[in-house]
Amino acid sequence: MSNTISIRKGLNIRLIGEATKEIREVPVSGIFGVSPLDFHGLTPKMAVKEGDTVLVGDVLFFDKKKEAIKFVSPVSGSVKQIVRGEKRKIINILIDSDGKQEAKKFSIKPIKEQTADDVKNLLLESGFWSSMKQRPIDIIANPSNKAKGIFVSSFDSAPLAPDYEFVLKNEMEALQIGFDALSVMMEGKVHLSSKPNSSFSKIQGVIHHSFDGVHPAGNVGTQIHHIDPINKGEFVWSINIQEVAEIGKFFASGYINSSRKIALTGSEVTTRTYLNATRGSKMESLVKNSVEATNVRYISGNVLTGDRKELTEYIGHYHNQITVIPEGNEYKFFLTSGWLGAGFDKFSNSRLFPTFLLSKSKKFRLDTNTNGEERAFVVSGELERVFPFDILPVQLTKAAITNDIDGMENLGIYEVAPEDFALCEYVCTTKINIQEKIRQGLDLIASECM
Amino acid sequence: MKFLEKYLHKMEPHFIKGGKYEKWNPLFETLATFAFTPKLVTSKGTHIRDGVDLKRTMFTVVIALIPCLIFGIYNTGHWEMAVVEGNRDIPYFSEMLAKFLMGLTIVLPVIVVSYGVGLTIEFIFGMLRGHSLHEGFLVSGMLIPLTMPADVPLWMVGLATAFAVIIGKEIFGGTGMNVVNIALTARAFLFFAYPTSMSGDKVWMSGLGEKMNTNPAELDGFSGATALGDLASFMSDKATVAGEAVQSNMAVQSFSNEYGAWESFMGMIPGSIGETSTMACLIGGLLLVFTGVGSLRIILSFFIGGFVMGLLLNLVGGNPYLDLPAYYHLIIGGFAFGAVFMATDPVTASQTASGKIIYGFFGGFLAIMIRVLNPAYPEGVFLAILFMNVMAPIIDHYVIQANINRRLKRLKTI
Repeated sequence: MSNTISIRKGLNIRLIGEATKEIREVPVSGIFGVSPLDFHGLTPKMAVKEGDTVLVGDVLFFDKKKEAIKFVSPVSGSVKQIVRGEKRKIINILIDSDGKQEAKKFSIKPIKEQTADDVKNLLLESGFWSSMKQRPIDIIANPSNKAKGIFVSSFDSAPLAPDYEFVLKNEMEALQIGFDALSVMMEGKVHLSSKPNSSFSKIQGVIHHSFDGVHPAGNVGTQIHHIDPINKGEFVWSINIQEVAEIGKFFASGYINSSRKIALTGSEVTTRTYLNATRGSKMESLVKNSVEATNVRYISGNVLTGDRKELTEYIGHYHNQITVIPEGNEYKFFLTSGWLGAGFDKFSNSRLFPTFLLSKSKKFRLDTNTNGEERAFVVSGELERVFPFDILPVQLTKAAITNDIDGMENLGIYEVAPEDFALCEYVCTTKINIQEKIRQGLDLIASECM
Repeated sequence: MKFLEKYLHKMEPHFIKGGKYEKWNPLFETLATFAFTPKLVTSKGTHIRDGVDLKRTMFTVVIALIPCLIFGIYNTGHWEMAVVEGNRDIPYFSEMLAKFLMGLTIVLPVIVVSYGVGLTIEFIFGMLRGHSLHEGFLVSGMLIPLTMPADVPLWMVGLATAFAVIIGKEIFGGTGMNVVNIALTARAFLFFAYPTSMSGDKVWMSGLGEKMNTNPAELDGFSGATALGDLASFMSDKATVAGEAVQSNMAVQSFSNEYGAWESFMGMIPGSIGETSTMACLIGGLLLVFTGVGSLRIILSFFIGGFVMGLLLNLVGGNPYLDLPAYYHLIIGGFAFGAVFMATDPVTASQTASGKIIYGFFGGFLAIMIRVLNPAYPEGVFLAILFMNVMAPIIDHYVIQANINRRLKRLKTI
């Protein structure tokens, strides 16, 4: 094991609402949704029609530009509706589950007999590839590129994030098989970053790295930057560790299991536990009987990078967590709870609020209020304190805002994903939507330079 | 506060698009967002936000200016009383309330004019552009009065503020977009447009100029000069006595008798309204650095830069200016005020960490260089900071280039 890399620039936002370490089963029933919108930049092409019956693992749609990339059904049943939006854009594919979870059988040779291409093709056919992200651009990995490595983080340091040590404690074998498969595909270039003394250090056949410190220590982007930063023209891939375990199960059995452990978190949740639920579940079925308040925001994912969802929508493809926090859509009188208030209820990285005086164990109930209006960049040196990259965050954001392609390339756009800027966006005094700006910058780079 | 909230809700429809007073929306919004943090929520990306916003940040700077303001009011009152009594040596800590009130009658109108003119212009631009007041001027409006001499005519304050806000800021796009510091733009405008009202030895004490015209007899032997002005006059005295080091040392000696280090540090000397007290500036500076609003890098390197230049000049020596002990430079004139409140303006300073150190150091370095080597501008601080404001993007450019080169080098070494 290499030396531990300690991340000091960052911030642990101490929120109320961590999930307790118990697992509740959520039965498979009702409508499930798979949304092409979860995959940034994807143009889907349908493989099924409304009314078709599907098994778990049957292809629903594929990527129009890279047809090898397929997206499969998480449940067995029938395709109820293909929801379309403006210009017939596909918003969602709704599947009426029959509750039986009958799965398609894949024939799989033992891993030792497989070549790199065999593994890749299996991942593509089974839909697991859709969970494989690439940097630069932060989109689904292009299987025809050659990546310099796959990076996996075994811990999530985001607020209230699921604890993978708990989630995967009984799945070490599957995890080992999953990593073996990835290792075959990558000829050994698989990096696994863990906390010091993690139980994942038992995994064999991967290159281990050790990280600790504050968020974003667990973000794969931070880890890549400190292990082997991305240069122009290079590609790296990353995948969530829970998916690796599922890949392991798939290679062992030939069947796709589409259940995932999902942490139900946030201050507004009354019964915070882990859920054993199926991919594509409706938000309503996941938070049923767990939220009493009404003026709340449901987030698929964590508070920093997740997607806002209505109860009638479905959990996002990349998310293993649901967070429910209060909405902040009310006026706050400036002296009591507004901009000039004492602010003991606010969590701030700046010393303009007394957060730093309070006990480190105090947790906060934060709402979605922006706590101020958007302004031009005024304050300097603020984003740098929570951005553990040798990259200038303000300058890179400005280059993205001004569509300055040369500037973005020079300043390191190839290394970053929007999620790396989530904390910058949180602390920004002038309330600029930095992740959105970086996303636009990446899209411009993707269309002009890739 | 519910009734106020209800009232706002009631009035809101009149001010939004299509409402009766649509045009006045920026004014309404400014007042509403001052009284209540608005009910804006995040849409995507990060769902929660830090409590801090620009209002609180700017307000903190105004708080940090209060020690300077209070001391400045008292100091202004003190020197006005000295003029009235025709005696420069009246005790500093006596009749304190009277002095404070005298000071208040002078300083308050200057502040009112500065805020009045500045905010009016900001509102006009806000209405033209359809946005509410951006907070930058809350600070500039307080900084401008504090850099003015006590005897400055109010119309000049108004004119300078208008110039600074329009030419210095709004034509660049408003708060966050300006190239040079707003308050210093106002100061520089007056300094070059009306030099007789901004320098010399009649403007620093209220009523002095008038009294000199009407009743000069009472002011026999009375000097209204600032420490820097006096130093300059020691210099010219010395020029008539031919240049010997002994003479120079004597001049420094008599200077430090008149302006003791302690008095200078505390600010019990004539000067612009809010700048004299290094002590008050440091109290404000502590608050700024502690809260993270002001950059310690800039403040510290500014002082170090000034001190280093002072030492270098001491080495050369030969006239009172050059021989003045280096630490003296840090406590007289507007040096501390500039370092703490002007150089740290985040919009016009360097924005990179190492850039801030270079920016601060050269700011202080140049301030003393201009002060000593160019007797026409004894107060070199504001010129030095304005110059460094202009240079800041170039400093940042090289810091950014270094970051880019590190990345390019990585590409070459693999």
